[in-house]
Amino acid sequence: MTAPVLSVENLTVRLPAGGDRANAVTDLSLTVAPGEIVCVVGESGSGKSVTAHSVMGLLPKGQLTPSSGRILLEGEDVLAASPARLRDLRGTRMAMIFQEPMTALNPVLKVGDQIDEVLRIHTPMSAAERRARVLEIMDAVRLPDPARMIDAYPHQLSGGQRQRIMIAQALVLDPALLIADEPTTALDVTTQAQILKLVAEMQTRRNTGVLFITHDFGVVAEIADRVVVMQHGRVVEQGDRETVLREPREAYTKMLIASVPSITPPERPPVSGPIVLETDKLSKTYGSTGFFAGKGRVVKAAADVDLRLRRGETLGVVGESGSGKSTVARCIARLIDPSAGAIRLSGVDIATMPERELRPHRRNVQVVFQDPYRSLNPRRTVGDSIIEGPTNFGLSKTDALARARDLMGLVGLSPDALDRYPHQFSGGQRQRICIARALAMEPQLLIADEAVSALDVSVQAQVLRLLDDVRKRFDLAVLFITHDLRVAAQVCDRIMVMQNGSVVEEGATRDVFAAPKHPYTKALFEAAPGREFGSRLTADLD
Amino acid sequence: MWFFVLKRAASTLPVMLVVALVVFLMLRLTPGDPAVVIAGDQATAEQIARIRATLGLDLPLHVQFLTWMGQILKGDLGVSIFSNLPVTTLIGQRLEPTLVLTATTIVFSVLVAVPLGVLAAWKAGGWVDRLVMVFSVVGFSFPVFVLGYLLIYKFSLDLKWLPTQGYRSPFTDFQGFLRTITLPTITLGAIYVALVTRITRASVLEVLGEDYIRTARAKGQNERKVLFRHALKNAAVPIATVIGIGVALLIGGAVVTETVFNIPGLGRLVVDAILRRDYPVIQGLILVFSFTYILINMLIDVAYTVLDPRIRY
Repeated sequence: MTAPVLSVENLTVRLPAGGDRANAVTDLSLTVAPGEIVCVVGESGSGKSVTAHSVMGLLPKGQLTPSSGRILLEGEDVLAASPARLRDLRGTRMAMIFQEPMTALNPVLKVGDQIDEVLRIHTPMSAAERRARVLEIMDAVRLPDPARMIDAYPHQLSGGQRQRIMIAQALVLDPALLIADEPTTALDVTTQAQILKLVAEMQTRRNTGVLFITHDFGVVAEIADRVVVMQHGRVVEQGDRETVLREPREAYTKMLIASVPSITPPERPPVSGPIVLETDKLSKTYGSTGFFAGKGRVVKAAADVDLRLRRGETLGVVGESGSGKSTVARCIARLIDPSAGAIRLSGVDIATMPERELRPHRRNVQVVFQDPYRSLNPRRTVGDSIIEGPTNFGLSKTDALARARDLMGLVGLSPDALDRYPHQFSGGQRQRICIARALAMEPQLLIADEAVSALDVSVQAQVLRLLDDVRKRFDLAVLFITHDLRVAAQVCDRIMVMQNGSVVEEGATRDVFAAPKHPYTKALFEAAPGREFGSRLTADLD
Repeated sequence: MWFFVLKRAASTLPVMLVVALVVFLMLRLTPGDPAVVIAGDQATAEQIARIRATLGLDLPLHVQFLTWMGQILKGDLGVSIFSNLPVTTLIGQRLEPTLVLTATTIVFSVLVAVPLGVLAAWKAGGWVDRLVMVFSVVGFSFPVFVLGYLLIYKFSLDLKWLPTQGYRSPFTDFQGFLRTITLPTITLGAIYVALVTRITRASVLEVLGEDYIRTARAKGQNERKVLFRHALKNAAVPIATVIGIGVALLIGGAVVTETVFNIPGLGRLVVDAILRRDYPVIQGLILVFSFTYILINMLIDVAYTVLDPRIRY
């Protein structure tokens, strides 16, 4: 075996005093060989990002300090390196790409200049040589028309293009080690597939060692050579991909893998309850409509969307960012006003109803939003948040509180927690509170807008079970908005695939997954990472 | 971009008109009559009436307003009731010292405050940061006249390095200009240094938490360039706003400093005109001030688009 490019030996990183544990990372050892992709996988708080940042020497100063161990980059201990030496190594021998391509690039500098900066810092190349090199690497990461794009600003590029710029910037000096910290988490599946392919291709061609941080087992199955599973700052298990994914030894690894929803939908009986929601040619158009709007751009966020949802049924709306799925949800909840079409709620058209008449109908439609950290008011107790809706509709405070206590029990939280504030709960618990808040209104229709997307897989599985449970118990109609095909496969009776504001395909979940008809649906399925892993898993469980 | 500048310029016209109307009405509706002031204590009612007639103050308000607007469009701001000089001439004489003092104050403030603010943000929480912040609180809380007289006492009377007062034009006597402008600049600049330092610190501190700062460090960029190339430009929009407001306030707000250092600027002209109810001068000055405000606001808006390519109007 050749000498590893990266060898982390017994690394311990201390947390500041007063945290929930003493160390962010405890006694961690791993190696990355040239040309090898090592995936570090774990849930939030597992210490995987801290590990990555320790290698780069980018830990926040004064808060996290490596207290023991060594990090050898091609044999040189970076923990012992001077700040100047560390700066020399970054960009030349090791480089990093980050999760958020939207924010990881400087918005006021041209993308070409940002790649060029690496060359300016580390090489004596002339301006002309540097420009040629930048164009060459932009071409290598498959950016269209590099000569033009070199002068673009980040906000003029798509998420995938920005991540390509990040990769170009990381690889322009051929580092021995590339650290990728959740580089595709913020991207759509089709873009994610392209970026994963690009990373793998660049890495093979240049024989780069890659330390790939992810929480997504699909991604692991797609690109890893070896896998390191972390929990609470410690390595739980490591080994080659096949072994860890197929024959995990540790209970934690088994639990994580079992929590990943399978991409094969289970058999579901058709639902025959009464129709709760029906839309007819629902459309939402954005664009300037004012006096000077002559040449304003008009965007059809949703165009002629027809859907029908029965009591007790879950309809999944699947699509990538910008597909219009959230727009449809917001129109139905009348959080935004539709431009055209009808929204019939138990037969009553609410699409253009004025606010005063609409109010009694509002309680029938409740929404659970994506980000449980931001959708609860941090200055109010969760009890106040839950009873606000019912008291608005005339329930006495005592009765509303009694209902809130019941609901807290129902969503698996202690009724005594009603006096606490949102920051005292974890993400999964907050999402339970949001569900309780929605149920307190006794709605007929529950809209879950990416309600589990921000949660770790193990928590996600629990919240999905809870959603399914309340649907059955209250015979709710659920409109389930998601970008995640695996989640959609598990919870939806029917799904609707949206692209650029239009519905391109619709049908029973099992039929659509078994034989997608529209090319876009097919592309989505092909892009889903680690498909084989998912189906194999189901086969094992069956 | 040029289309935007033109559009912005055109949109200032109605604002100017409203300003003119408000100024005109406010002066007419507040108590006090210039004719009485001119005529003096012994004047009879007829004398006052005659003076009112010569000044056109007996005409109906709308006629007075329209006459005045007509003159403005011809570039004529009227004639001072007291000195009988055209208002434009009066303003012209006083404009240079005020503009020069504004310019030196702003340049001084920016040169001192921006590096201090960046330094404080970089060392946030450390002793350098605390020192800078204490200094800026002091800068805020010192009244201009106290600081002015303290500086005069130390550097003019005690050390005899600089003159106590006066103004020399940089175009005729540059050395004299430097000697006379130094103390007023520091006096007037103190509060702007404090203000701009705080804004720079807050703004840079926020930007330093952004992902692209981490990206810059991951490239191996050194701290100086991380701060000045990556952080400062992103932090520039609020800083530019404060500097712009500073310029606008300085042009009309240097009254006390001009008095302390005996500088013949616009601030002194305003005070004299108000005390004497010299309507044409007050009106003219307020118009000039508002026009400057509007112009500066427009320049700031244009500066935004240069500083941040995402901002497009």
